Amino acid sequence: MNPEPIYLDHAATTPLAPEVLKAMLPFLQEEFGNAGSIHSKGQSAKNAIEKARRDVAEILWCEPEEIIFTSGGTESNNLALHGVLETLSPRPVLRNNGKRRSKNTHLIISEIEHPAILHAAENLKRNGIELTKISANKNGIISVEDVGKAIQPNTKLISLMLANNEIGTIQPIREIGKMIQKINQESKTKNQELFFHTDAVQAGGILNLDTRHLKVDLLSLSAHKFYGSKGTGILFVKKGVRLSPQILGGGQEHGLRAGTENVAGIVGCAKALKLAENSRKKEFTKLEKLRDYFVEKILAEIPRVRLNGDSKNRLPGNTNFSFFGIEGESILLRLDFEGIAASSGSACASGSLEPSHVLAALKIPHKWLHGSVRFTLGKSTTRENLDFTIRKLKKIVSDLRTLSPLE
Amino acid sequence: MNQNWIYSETVKDHFFNPRNFLKEDEVSFRANGIGEVGSPACGDVMKMWIKIDRKKDQIVDLKWKTFGCASAIGSTSMLSEMILENGGMKIEDALKITPADILKRLGGLPKNKIHCSVLGDKVLQAAIDDYFRKSKQVGRIVGGIKPKIICECLGVSERELDLALAAGDQTFEDFQRRTKAGSGCGKCVEKIQKMIAKKLK
Repeated sequence: MNPEPIYLDHAATTPLAPEVLKAMLPFLQEEFGNAGSIHSKGQSAKNAIEKARRDVAEILWCEPEEIIFTSGGTESNNLALHGVLETLSPRPVLRNNGKRRSKNTHLIISEIEHPAILHAAENLKRNGIELTKISANKNGIISVEDVGKAIQPNTKLISLMLANNEIGTIQPIREIGKMIQKINQESKTKNQELFFHTDAVQAGGILNLDTRHLKVDLLSLSAHKFYGSKGTGILFVKKGVRLSPQILGGGQEHGLRAGTENVAGIVGCAKALKLAENSRKKEFTKLEKLRDYFVEKILAEIPRVRLNGDSKNRLPGNTNFSFFGIEGESILLRLDFEGIAASSGSACASGSLEPSHVLAALKIPHKWLHGSVRFTLGKSTTRENLDFTIRKLKKIVSDLRTLSPLE
Repeated sequence: MNQNWIYSETVKDHFFNPRNFLKEDEVSFRANGIGEVGSPACGDVMKMWIKIDRKKDQIVDLKWKTFGCASAIGSTSMLSEMILENGGMKIEDALKITPADILKRLGGLPKNKIHCSVLGDKVLQAAIDDYFRKSKQVGRIVGGIKPKIICECLGVSERELDLALAAGDQTFEDFQRRTKAGSGCGKCVEKIQKMIAKKLK
């Protein structure tokens, strides 16, 4: 076993950066005040939260009032979908093109969204929202044209991920945002009719999060994906977007998300995002180089393996392979034994009965589908780590294949 | 390793050091019974080759191959050991092995992995049936004794339903988690739900 464990599961979560922990600690110790309190301990907490809000707003190129702190990506996504659609009561839509008339509010997502979007959308559908799920192409990319074709007069919200969590593919959010902006501008109604949300959880700290550049109305982030702590997330909500709060109580976060603020988490989240933003471009280039090296070597040295998802248009730290005839969980456990942490979309590894909906959407044959392994690189990843992983992986794949009846 | 391992020590041992799997090619092993169950679609395929001594009516050698997770590999390996220890099992004893017996020897499996041990028991029966067929002992084919298949896609039998209900399953969902029944085409779901309601009454 490798003396130092190798962590290649950064898409699942990242370790807390030491600087982030340092920024958080005072708010877990002496600065324990409730930001809602009038005394100085309370005001100290409040000031820290507002500074964090300004720091985040600067990176997202928005106003501090447009930032809501939540408990994480899942809550941000749920708040975006339920929050936007609940404010819009279903009403008849008069259509002038002679097509089907629909009364219900329409939501568009893609079939490769994270479960936090998929399940929230399916819940809305059960409550009467009309739902369209757009397919991705075989490389895991959503086309702007397909989104355009899915838009109906009763469409109120489009929610598409900036980058996929399993295969890392980067979606053309800016182009879709432009198209939506144009539709809104051409609309004769006074109020904005069509809103655009992006789940940017996997892109946090890696891609450009400028909300004006992306042309989105809402954007979700989660701190623990960019070396912050678990339990803190962000939802950007552009001014003018009406949002119905999902957690009611003491009116925190401009009345949009009640509950005593997780001060340390929020401070850490802003610190982590700032740190990531400062080295974003450098880190991107470094990860991309390592990723390409890793992919090239695996494809060259291991027989019957394929890379899932687009080879270039993907997050710099993401790789996702399918190994023919063997099962993902078996590979993961053998890797774990060697001190290497990775992840799989196989049914057995997920604990559910179904293999990954993302890989299934790419129409990967079954004999390959169950043998998927995701390696996601991060700040600490070195070329030596990858060489060691490849060496072990070669042996593991070959051993498991001798056990497999599939040919 | 560490304490944070999801399976028992026994499963781990069989997963990392599988016993009796087919290393040589199929032909040179000269099996007289071959069985295969599962499908690549659901993520488990088990194949088993057995050599039966006709005079003794006993399994004298056995090899297997499994496509699946650690618990599927561990289950097949353990099953092979159970059959071959003490010089090999009589056919009638081998046919008495239940998923529960395999589970017990494995020191248990996580709840969502129970179906892996079910497949082990099935592949053994399939191999023995194949031997019966090839050796013209058609009357002994287990399929004849075994209750009917209730989920065609995944080959789940009524016997398994009875076992599952005996083990405490209350709903179709419990049963599906255990056996994957109904997760193929889904046509049998309603029928099985009715069977469960009737059996639990």
